[in-house]
Amino acid sequence: MEFFDNHKKLFRTALGLFVGLTLIVAIRPAINNQKNNAPLPNYEPLSEQAYLGKKSFIANGCVACHTQQVRNVDMDKIWGNRPGIAADYAGITRTDFWRNTATLMGTERTGPDLTNIGARQPSMAWNLLHLYQPRAVVGKSIMPAYPWLFQIKNKVGKNEVEVVVPDAYRKGINGKIIASQEALNLVAYIQSLKQTPLPNGKAPMEFLYKKKEAPTGKKGSTLNLPDGKLLYTNNCMSCHQANGEGLKGAFPPLKGSPIVLGDNLELYVNIIMLGYDPRPEYATMNAVGTDNNLTPEEVTAIINHERTSWGNNAKKVTTEEVKKIMDFIKITTKK
Amino acid sequence: MGTKNIFNEWGIIITLLLIALPIIVASILAIVKAKAIIKNYLEKKEQERFNNYVKDLTPIEVEKLEQRKRALEFALSNNELSGKTQPVDNKGLIDNISTVETLRFIEQKKKSQPRPYIEPELSKLIIWYLGCATFWLLFGTTVGEYLGIKFVAPDVDHYSWLSFGRLRPVHTNAVFWGWASLAMMGLAYYVIPRVSNVPIASIRTGYRSLILINVSVVLGSLFLMAGINNGGGEYREYIWPVMALFGIGVFISLRNFFKTIAKRTTKEIYVSNWYIISAMMFLLVIAVVAYWPSWQTGLGETVVQGYYMHQGVGMWFMLFNLGLMYYFLPQQLNKPIYSYSLGILAFWAQILFYTLIGTHHFIFSAIPWWLQTVAIVGSAGMIIPVVAGTTNFLMTFKGSWHKLSGSYTLPFYLIGIIFYFTGSLQGTAEAFRFTNLVWHFTDFTVAHSHLTMYGIICFMLWGFIYTIVPRLTGKEPPQITVGAHFWLALIGLLFYTFPLMYGSTLRGLMWMEGTKSFIESVELMAPYWLWRAIGGSLMWLSHILFAYNFYVMVKRKDKITVPTSPIDILKAKQELDTQAQTN
Repeated sequence: MEFFDNHKKLFRTALGLFVGLTLIVAIRPAINNQKNNAPLPNYEPLSEQAYLGKKSFIANGCVACHTQQVRNVDMDKIWGNRPGIAADYAGITRTDFWRNTATLMGTERTGPDLTNIGARQPSMAWNLLHLYQPRAVVGKSIMPAYPWLFQIKNKVGKNEVEVVVPDAYRKGINGKIIASQEALNLVAYIQSLKQTPLPNGKAPMEFLYKKKEAPTGKKGSTLNLPDGKLLYTNNCMSCHQANGEGLKGAFPPLKGSPIVLGDNLELYVNIIMLGYDPRPEYATMNAVGTDNNLTPEEVTAIINHERTSWGNNAKKVTTEEVKKIMDFIKITTKK
Repeated sequence: MGTKNIFNEWGIIITLLLIALPIIVASILAIVKAKAIIKNYLEKKEQERFNNYVKDLTPIEVEKLEQRKRALEFALSNNELSGKTQPVDNKGLIDNISTVETLRFIEQKKKSQPRPYIEPELSKLIIWYLGCATFWLLFGTTVGEYLGIKFVAPDVDHYSWLSFGRLRPVHTNAVFWGWASLAMMGLAYYVIPRVSNVPIASIRTGYRSLILINVSVVLGSLFLMAGINNGGGEYREYIWPVMALFGIGVFISLRNFFKTIAKRTTKEIYVSNWYIISAMMFLLVIAVVAYWPSWQTGLGETVVQGYYMHQGVGMWFMLFNLGLMYYFLPQQLNKPIYSYSLGILAFWAQILFYTLIGTHHFIFSAIPWWLQTVAIVGSAGMIIPVVAGTTNFLMTFKGSWHKLSGSYTLPFYLIGIIFYFTGSLQGTAEAFRFTNLVWHFTDFTVAHSHLTMYGIICFMLWGFIYTIVPRLTGKEPPQITVGAHFWLALIGLLFYTFPLMYGSTLRGLMWMEGTKSFIESVELMAPYWLWRAIGGSLMWLSHILFAYNFYVMVKRKDKITVPTSPIDILKAKQELDTQAQTN
């Protein structure tokens, strides 16, 4: 055929076909997407410090292992309250002339998704220690350690943040381990990562591929509660550790704790829901329960797990008791 | 939804079948070898039995045997007719006699064929391309090997420049743009003038292009390690000024090739050139779209990222390699390609379907649902070019299978073709929505990309390099190290990918189940990551052997060989005489 023997015609046709398809599946959808989406009304742009932290997140290639997207499938529910939508990313523009937009959606989940990490794990002390040496807080973690984001000094200066590192991970270090500005920025960025709530009255997209719900029993009994151990692992373990002993100088032990074993259930539920900071030798605890929308059943399951594990042996509590306290907390905090 | 019935899901079934295929082929190769060993063993046994029998022979029996021997050995003296004059081969009918004097531990494969004249200048250029490529292969996979170790021993070092997140793109980009791209372009400098039947338009341009690409990979790697990157899109980690150098390098070579084809002396444009020229044009389109520094806000970035990363793989590496295959395979088998039209069908089908599939990396994400569906449909459409291409190659092989065992290059071709079929279709199966639930975000993707980029692209490139370098330099690699390279790479790849795919499936199912914490899924992967490191080490070892083979093929110094054939003796004498005259 004459057409196939003419190099100009042949290669022009191939190029034309490819460019045409490129327009349809890449260029036009991309332009439509960036034109027709705006950030949600409640969207908070990154603070100056968090923005610098994001740059550091990009430079260190964290996206290789951490995604930032909640897919609309049921298995992604643990990473956020609702599936991600285009508007969630609409506020992100090019980093600068030299570097491209970083939506940081990622393609690998070697580590956890970070879309909502700011709500799930906002503790500054935990995040700094975790950056310095992930295995100090999560024994089985394979995340790289970032000791170069910290300095060793003899004294903690004004406005400086010291990181209390367990002895096993500070071999050969005599001074104080101080977080550099870059480490603080990075933590500020991590703390800023929260899903923006949808405007009032808007129902979020549904999660697909739902699991079949296991039949639940009578409400109020201690039977048929959610898996307390799993909830503990997901919400509490990173600080209080799998053995319930916490980390010296950072996170208090639950094993043998008077609050866990005692009768003051109101204080106990308060701490889980609203956080706690009465003791200078330990880091501040965040409002874990409120941040993660824990239900009375879940809180009960966690409490019962803590009261009966690691040699703890206290009476189990019921959902009714916990629910009453939680309702009260809701009323008082709303004011 | 229940997870127990995953074996009823088509995506899973297809993948399992595809995974089984290369195993079967490798098993057949292994069985053939094993059969030979067993046969050898049985024969030895027989020999022993015979020896015992001989020991017990009586003198009378021996005498009888000797008598019979004398009778059988009676023969004419063979010169009853000729007398005692020396035989002379006046017409040179007897030539190229091969003799076996020593014990052979490995089977002797066919030597490479001497080829028609290739300009020494061009030869040198091609060797430079392939040499740089080999360097980047060693560099890139050393980094990869180290990254694999980091999964097992995360605290192996604490230097910012060597931290996982920074090194990972160094590995992927170095093997993409350094190794595979330079090797392909070097081979194209051989193929395009050959099939156009004219000398290359400009050799200088070839060198310019080579330098630009090398500079791009050096700068890119340094920038990444220093923490300067483009923002996290995979294979798009080099910042645009660095990638621009690469793009210019490809652009000037593209013009060079185009000019060569324009003055071709053949009427038709051989199908190899369709593939090669298109691959280069498409790469430039992809790079400009993805790197243009003034757009892609928000999800626009993601849509372009899906397009970019997959077109980079499919339109640059795959299309280019297929083009090379359409030249080298018929060449090596010494027969025309089975069907020229199938090659053309595969060409247009590849452009039509492959361009659509990019966003299948973002199924269930916030990008438009219709675009995700188009990507899945396009992935299914890829069956057409893949089946057409594979059929074409295997039918070309048909009738020449016997050549496989006697050649040290063809096994590389065959494994490349097998993985082309299984790896590409695995991609199709992975794009289905259900399989995406199980495998997306796990290391299954990593296994898949190694099955394809390594199983297809690397094996094909090695086959081609072992084919042409001996032609250019006249020196052959030691066959034992080529064999070791082949088997280490293949077995290493299987060790790398299979445990990783198995572990990732378990991990994905665990995520779907939702009753275990995330860190338990990390723990679960530990043994499979160890297997990956072991497989990776074998692959890495095979690259060292490859580099050694390459060195042997191009090293300047020849071993001093005393000429034995009359032609060589006379040539040597003539050379000595002329030397004496000029002195």
